[in-house]
Amino acid sequence: MTRVRRAVLLVVALVLLGALWEGYKAIGGENGGTILGVRVLPRADDISMPHLWQIWERFGQPELSSEGSRSVGVAVLTAMWFTFRVAFAGWLAGTVFGVVLAAVMQRFRTAESALLPYVVVSQTVPLVALAPLVVGWGGHLTVLGRPWQPWMSVATIAAYLAFFPVAVGTLRGLQSPTTVQVGLLHCYAASWWQSLMRLRMPACVPYLLPALRLAATASVIGAIVAEISTGTRGGIGRLIIEYAQSATGDPAKPFAAIIGAAVLGMVAAGSVGAVERALRRFRPAEGAE
Amino acid sequence: MSEAAVRMADAVADTVLIKEVSKTFTGERGNAVIALQEIDLVVRPGEFVSLIGPSGCGKSTLLRIIADLTEPTAGTVSVFGKSARQARLDQDYGIAFQQAGLLPWRTVSGNIELPLHLHGVGRAERRARARELLELVGLPDFADHRPEQLSGGMQQRVAIARALAERPRLLLMDEPFGALDEMTRERMQAELVRLRRETGAAVVFVTHSIPEAVYLSDRVVVMSPRPGRVSTVIDVPLARRDEDVREAPAFYATVTAVREALRGRPVPAPPAGADLR
Amino acid sequence: MRRGTVRAVGAPVVAGVAFLLAWQALVDLQDLPPYILPSPTAILEQLQQNRSDILRTFTASATNAVLGLLAGAVIGLLAGMAAARFRAVDDLVTPLAAAVAAMPIVALAPILDTMFSATSNIPRRIVVALVAFFPIFINTVRGLRQVDPIHAELMRSYAASGWAFTRVVRWPGSLPFVFTGLRVASSLAVIAAVVVEYFGGLQDGLGSRITSAASNTAYARAWAYVVASIALGMLFYAVALVIERLAMPWRSATST
Repeated sequence: MTRVRRAVLLVVALVLLGALWEGYKAIGGENGGTILGVRVLPRADDISMPHLWQIWERFGQPELSSEGSRSVGVAVLTAMWFTFRVAFAGWLAGTVFGVVLAAVMQRFRTAESALLPYVVVSQTVPLVALAPLVVGWGGHLTVLGRPWQPWMSVATIAAYLAFFPVAVGTLRGLQSPTTVQVGLLHCYAASWWQSLMRLRMPACVPYLLPALRLAATASVIGAIVAEISTGTRGGIGRLIIEYAQSATGDPAKPFAAIIGAAVLGMVAAGSVGAVERALRRFRPAEGAE
Repeated sequence: MSEAAVRMADAVADTVLIKEVSKTFTGERGNAVIALQEIDLVVRPGEFVSLIGPSGCGKSTLLRIIADLTEPTAGTVSVFGKSARQARLDQDYGIAFQQAGLLPWRTVSGNIELPLHLHGVGRAERRARARELLELVGLPDFADHRPEQLSGGMQQRVAIARALAERPRLLLMDEPFGALDEMTRERMQAELVRLRRETGAAVVFVTHSIPEAVYLSDRVVVMSPRPGRVSTVIDVPLARRDEDVREAPAFYATVTAVREALRGRPVPAPPAGADLR
Repeated sequence: MRRGTVRAVGAPVVAGVAFLLAWQALVDLQDLPPYILPSPTAILEQLQQNRSDILRTFTASATNAVLGLLAGAVIGLLAGMAAARFRAVDDLVTPLAAAVAAMPIVALAPILDTMFSATSNIPRRIVVALVAFFPIFINTVRGLRQVDPIHAELMRSYAASGWAFTRVVRWPGSLPFVFTGLRVASSLAVIAAVVVEYFGGLQDGLGSRITSAASNTAYARAWAYVVASIALGMLFYAVALVIERLAMPWRSATST
């Protein structure tokens, strides 16, 4: 499926969903639908489910009722930019650590045996649950002579989440060359470093890139959740909670923030996707993603 | 065979009759690849015919045309007097490929039972037939094993057992021993000869091993490289096929004849009817 | 014992124990305050003290995770089968699913709370279902699409009907993929079930206790609930593995 076709179909799917939304609003009851006292269908009133055009309009309107307040759209974009930078910093740090650890694990079998089980298991557990606990670090540590900033806690969580898929993917990639290929370089008396650079790293690219994409999504999610747990202001996570608190009076605002978060996630994944395509020459013919 | 004998055999319906069959594939950039060009071939009931030739000569394509797995671009194919498609729908043949193609989620017995299962045979009858076939191919104790527990040769034997499940009068085999080592291969060839004697089926066998073709067949069809054509047909004048025949002078002579034919320098085959063992 | 096995089992155990000892030593020697890092013994103590509440919240989160996982799995499987069969479905759902997978689904919690009710179980379960849907959907489609060409030719030679082919070859062949999706989804489901509570809504699961303990600076207690969350994640993964091994007895080894 070509990218253009995929983008068009995405728009079509979104339009269908929008039609579903408005359609439900038209026929749905004020109190939703209940089965045995449990509400299984959402409320269809304007407070719970604002009309799509109301959400659209809200972007352009001022954030707060006070004078000179910026528009919701600007607020959301600013917050997205903040979170993007923090998530990116975390993603970068996590990637570097992940690649280094993977190289170490590839080099030393004992390191792999000792650490890989934990790395694999850690992907199955809610690490991001640690986010509230990193709050405590703020204000009590110094890094490179500068006091620990709140955003650093957020970046740390993001790095933590990005680290694991990158480590696993890189290790798999570094181990992917066949016995024959490894033997060949051995015959050329290549050092470990040489075979790493000439054989294993290029072989690792098809495994590393999807892992980087996963890590990008994970670091955005991590950053958003961490912002909420650490109370870091300026990011989109904080904005979602703030807007949600005034949801009854201003139903469209939280939607705006959530749409911002969704777009941020897609942009992060999409940027890595673009890098993937740029590095296509390292990947032998593969099926469409 | 004398001329009269050939004409008499014609009177009995041919198992496979291929007339001026051609097959052209359209390549990626629209260029045409002629895989087969005006092939004529007859397979008589109970006859063992090998198709041999260099890579790309179309021998596998020809087999697949007989099996109705692909269609010819020109010419006619008849199997047991019917179209290839009808023969497939009537399940008149059994087929074996180079890879055994056993379904990993079924036991060995389950794999042999597969065609019977698909065609509505009852469970008790299926199991009995599978057991019978496992005896036939020499794997009586492996009914409940899984394919992954078997060696390559054993898997291929199961595939052959599966091909024989519905007692077909025609067997189509596409390099079934290609992935096996030489010793296993020779053993499997002896097994196939025995099976054929016991079932009386006709066989069309694709191979690129000259000794294999000579050992197994009544006739060897030598094909030329793309565009695939029948270059020569060599009769194999060996009366008995046992282990010793591989070292008989007539065997070597026929192998040489096939080899020369493959090189494009046909040498007259040893005269038919003379038992030169 | 073979040397390889000793290393495979021994090394992680040694590493784990060494890590815990170093952790304990670090806290004791540096006299680290609990807001940086509580000691393992303090955490263990909290686990012991709060065990009845831990069990209660563990069950609540587990229930949310299971129900959401089941819903997401069923929808993912059905959608996957439809997408593998009908091009139109695949064309529409796959790009959308890919987009949804890239976004932070837990962030939907606040609006789901207003749509349903802040005291309802449904919003959290919907979040979990959405999170579980994508890996199961994508893997089901992949599994149903890939068929060994040999098997396809074999079935054609048997003049098997399309339905027979699906039943006998396509579905069993797709199981390894479906179960990979299930394994991934089960882990993601636990993570979503715990973290969604950070965004408000009904607060009767592990996530809520972590935030409340942290905001009350009871860090050792917060860590205790984190350990419980980790245990929940591992439990789900283990159960998914067991189900996989039971359903596919012919597979001697599964790939991650």
